[in-house]
Amino acid sequence: MLLNIKNLHASINGKEILKGVNLEVNKGEVHAIMGPNGTGKSTLASVIAGREVFDITEGEVLYKGKNLLDLPVEARASEGIFLGFQYPVEIPGVSMTNFMRTAVNEQRKYHGLDPLPSGEFLRMMEEKKQMVEITAKLNNRSVNEGFSGGEKKKNEIFQMAMLNPTLSILDETDSGLDIDALRIVANGVNKLRGPENATVVITHYQRLLDYIVPDFVHVLYEGRIVKSGGKELALELESKGYEWIKDSL
Amino acid sequence: MKNIENSFPLSDKLINNFEVYQDDIKRNDDEEIFNVRKKAFDQFLKLGLPTQALEDWRNTDLTDVYKEEYQHYYDNPGIVEDVDKVFQCNVPHLDTIMLAMLNGRYVSKDEALVKLENGVIYGSFAAALQQYPDIVAAHFAQYADASKSAFTAINTAMAQDGFFIYVPDGVEFKKPLQIVNIINHDKNICLQTRNLIVLGKNTKLCLIHCDDSYNHQKSLSNTVSEIVLGENAILDHYKMQNVNNASTIINATYFEMKDNAQLSSNGLSLNGGILKNSNYVKMNGRACECNIYGLYLMDKKQHIDNLVFIDHLYPNCNSRELFKGILDDSATAVFNGHVVVHKDAQKTNAFQSNKNILLTDKAKVNTKPFLEIYADDVKCSHGATVGQLDNEAMFYIRSRGISEHNAKMLLMYAFADEVIQKISVLPLRYRTEDMVKRRLRGELSVCDQCVLHCSTPEKEYNFEIDLTKV
Ligand SMILES: Nc1ncnc2c1ncn2[C@@H]1O[C@H](COP(=O)(O)OP(=O)(O)OP(=O)(O)O)[C@@H](O)[C@H]1O
Ligand SMILES: [Mg+2]
Repeated sequence: MLLNIKNLHASINGKEILKGVNLEVNKGEVHAIMGPNGTGKSTLASVIAGREVFDITEGEVLYKGKNLLDLPVEARASEGIFLGFQYPVEIPGVSMTNFMRTAVNEQRKYHGLDPLPSGEFLRMMEEKKQMVEITAKLNNRSVNEGFSGGEKKKNEIFQMAMLNPTLSILDETDSGLDIDALRIVANGVNKLRGPENATVVITHYQRLLDYIVPDFVHVLYEGRIVKSGGKELALELESKGYEWIKDSL
Repeated sequence: MKNIENSFPLSDKLINNFEVYQDDIKRNDDEEIFNVRKKAFDQFLKLGLPTQALEDWRNTDLTDVYKEEYQHYYDNPGIVEDVDKVFQCNVPHLDTIMLAMLNGRYVSKDEALVKLENGVIYGSFAAALQQYPDIVAAHFAQYADASKSAFTAINTAMAQDGFFIYVPDGVEFKKPLQIVNIINHDKNICLQTRNLIVLGKNTKLCLIHCDDSYNHQKSLSNTVSEIVLGENAILDHYKMQNVNNASTIINATYFEMKDNAQLSSNGLSLNGGILKNSNYVKMNGRACECNIYGLYLMDKKQHIDNLVFIDHLYPNCNSRELFKGILDDSATAVFNGHVVVHKDAQKTNAFQSNKNILLTDKAKVNTKPFLEIYADDVKCSHGATVGQLDNEAMFYIRSRGISEHNAKMLLMYAFADEVIQKISVLPLRYRTEDMVKRRLRGELSVCDQCVLHCSTPEKEYNFEIDLTKV
């Protein structure tokens, strides 16, 4: 099992957001997490990635059989966890190229590898850029600064492609994308899918799941996963809305 | 002893020295200049050394400096050791004309004052007093107001040397002039340095001014620069400060701008014990433009105080201030930005911004951007921020596998970069990027190896994480 979350409780400033989440993700699987606004989807994603502002009050998270909660953010990344941010952060003054080069090389260092030669790195940048059909010259621009909403989301997938993660958690990567961009992003994700890695997509729209077909759909509601099913669950949610979940609880 | 507002060992000594060493001090003066000195000296007596009771000095305490024993030199120091060593200091790939000051004296392998075919004159201020008394008299102490600042007053009274640059009308000086100001003495010394730069109409100049120290000896430098920009003159001015932690620099620059003059001044303060930089900009003409930038990276118990006073007297002028600082340990910083827009200065644009990052709880900033506006058709804004490194950004960067330490470096460097990018002389910008990286890594604090004199100046310095842009 790649990821095993058991009875996870997390709070911020004394306010409990996650109230006992259980989730198992195996290699090769795609999971979708849906749920109303403010129920803790992004919180769950950040806690897995290692955001320190949340207090873990109960439960455990095993990743590749090891206690994930012991690792600092950057080590989790090097161990193969990637978070596609719902709201990618703008970092004025740090160019995309530097940012990615530093990230790639630090991850390589973690695995005892030498830095990637400059030429090779730039070739990889170009290749991955094409994969997500980024045409604009983003390389010398500051990270996310002045990027449109859609560009920011594509940029997350680009970074994912550069870092080649084992477990990708994509937090609403589809929102704010036009139909073409949605297809491009989904294609990007699908190309990176393989038997050795897994993807968790957080989304509000069944539409994304037409492109990235999930093996499992979960409903996160008030800090708990209250319902899980196959891809048909997404269709059911789409037609019946979350009232239906509330009523069935 | 004459009656003085307040008395400190330093002021007592200076007052005494003005009498005792008068013949040395006025060695190069004509009567007119010496009269200006005497008047300035009287102003000093009236003012006394500034204390924290004064608004401009409220957050900078010099009491310990005033009690320190410094050596003052008024006689001709003769030619000093190893001038070549001084000149080895350079910015790679930057073709400059280098002028050097050692312990407050102009040093040169050839003449003290050079006059080029195009009429440009550069060299020693002391020599200019002798050789070009008319030019000097027309400008000396005309802009630096001795009645408002005791340090300016005593400098006007006693300073003997410094650098002098004269660019006649219509001359665009292509090569940057680099002035390296080095303190290297086995005693604790007090320096009074006086610089005069006169740019005629339709001129252009790039001036890079570096303060460095070689050793750990204490020092106090009181520098006054008067810089005149004639009509349509364009000045690109840089001031680098990288002196040891026992150094105090009191640096006042008075800019006088005529119609359509353009000034860009960038102060990069990398190291120093107590640094006080006062920039006075008098926009004494129409459609002038000035950009005053500053970057300061302070740690330990270092203190920096930047004061910018901009006087908008005529219509259609623009002024912009951007000062950014990163403070570590128990370093402290002060920013006083004061813009006055007079009644006739319609269509003025004036912007002030001071941003600070505090890396510890003990670091402190006092910032006071201040606009005083008497005209009605103006666009002015001011802002100041004091904060920590952005947590969201830290998390974002680290989530890509970048260590906390390097994430911090990236963010600090990115913060500083906004000011560095204002450096339009490319080799200087790259050099500064390099220096700032080293400074942020804590490698410049041991300041006996000053940046510009590092043993292998041509060696590109690499960050563990590579920040150079592709
Ligand atoms: N840093 C924070 N400080 C305080 N409260 C927070 C913080 N981050 C999240 N919360 C709260 O936690 C709850 C869950 O937020 P979260 O972002 O996880 O929801 P979400 O399910 O991702 O919602 P959405 O669908 O709108 O993205 C919300 O009530 C939110 O206000
Ligand atoms: Mg969310």
